[in-house]
Amino acid sequence: MNVSASPYTIDEVMHWLSQVPDPEIPVLSVVDLGLIRDVAWDGRACVVTITPTYSGCPAMQEISADIKNTLLAHGIEQVRIETRLAPAWTTDWMTPKGHEALRGFGIAPPGEKAIDVSGITRRAAGVVVPCPLCGSSHTRLISHFGSTSCKALYRCSDCREPFDYFKAH
Amino acid sequence: MDHALFQYLLRLGDTTLILSHRLSELTGHGPALEEDLAMTNVALDLLGQSRRWLTLAGEVEGRSRDEDQLAYLRDAPEFRNYLLVERPNGHYGDIIARQFLFDVWHYFLLKELCSSSDERVAAIAGKSLKEVGYHVRRSSDIIVRLGDGTAESHARMQEAVDDAWRFAGELFADDEIVAAMADRRAAPRHSQLWPAWFEHVRSTLQEATLRAPDADGANHPAYRGGTSGRHTEALGYILAEMQHLQRAYPGAAW
Repeated sequence: MNVSASPYTIDEVMHWLSQVPDPEIPVLSVVDLGLIRDVAWDGRACVVTITPTYSGCPAMQEISADIKNTLLAHGIEQVRIETRLAPAWTTDWMTPKGHEALRGFGIAPPGEKAIDVSGITRRAAGVVVPCPLCGSSHTRLISHFGSTSCKALYRCSDCREPFDYFKAH
Repeated sequence: MDHALFQYLLRLGDTTLILSHRLSELTGHGPALEEDLAMTNVALDLLGQSRRWLTLAGEVEGRSRDEDQLAYLRDAPEFRNYLLVERPNGHYGDIIARQFLFDVWHYFLLKELCSSSDERVAAIAGKSLKEVGYHVRRSSDIIVRLGDGTAESHARMQEAVDDAWRFAGELFADDEIVAAMADRRAAPRHSQLWPAWFEHVRSTLQEATLRAPDADGANHPAYRGGTSGRHTEALGYILAEMQHLQRAYPGAAW
């Protein structure tokens, strides 16, 4: 790696990355989602290492292309995206700003640490997911899956509105 | 080429691929909108996992076949999926029974593969495990709801579990491929997965007011063969649909 050849600082690159939106949930940036593991320079190439979210998430390809195009548009000559699988992506890596953005968008953010989510035990009681619209904690799970793999469908028993919950993962 | 690793990866990749295809047949046909979404989301997770396993299989094989070539250009005798996952969908109880028996096995297998001596295998397993933990919780939930539901749903669920049970034994068979993988600590002996699997299945079925079939009933040799390429006629129909486009228009790409 030749640091002196890199025309921009890592902070500058991170700032640009923080403006690349998730294609499904545009209020979240790829940084807020916790996808970015590393940014480094390899000669004149900027190497961005990302951790994919869900195995089958169709947005990952688009996200890689968006990252590349954004950095090229800021004048970086070469961009290389590398994928790192382990440790697996977790919603624990989402930023507090990301949580706020989700709530503002009408999606309840992950309500617990994801450390034990790979357990097999049925969680009938489950975690309380406050309604992002009225704040009530009288909500119930309607469906384990919502419009995308990362979300479940809930309904608020007070304001009666259905809403998405971004699952702890 | 590392024969055992290649074969083992094909088993994982093909099993997730074929089950993904079966579930995706339900797109727009689920019994309720929520179930439609759930089945297709599970299908998507499994497809993503399959891509990782088959890509790695292609690298291990070293003949520059990628995930697509492995998925679309092999014929039935070259597929290494377990027979359970190629079973036709049937009614919703059948789909849930197949899914539940598979999910629980998949979960305990991946948990072991997370500590594989092959770090590429461990990485894919670690990622898949989180998704599959969710699949198990969901299919366990549904089986309780259907088993402990109406007299009709109870009877049909019991029949579906009894019917799928014959195909469960193959998941726990230790052949020379599993043994070779286990000897180098790259995978567990599958027979060792049985006690934890059986315990979760038994207790969930009990909660669902369903009867767990006899362990012996899962051990008939007639219901094995997928991992050595001896499939039921169902697989041919799946491949005919799944591979048609690539066979008719070789090299077609998005």
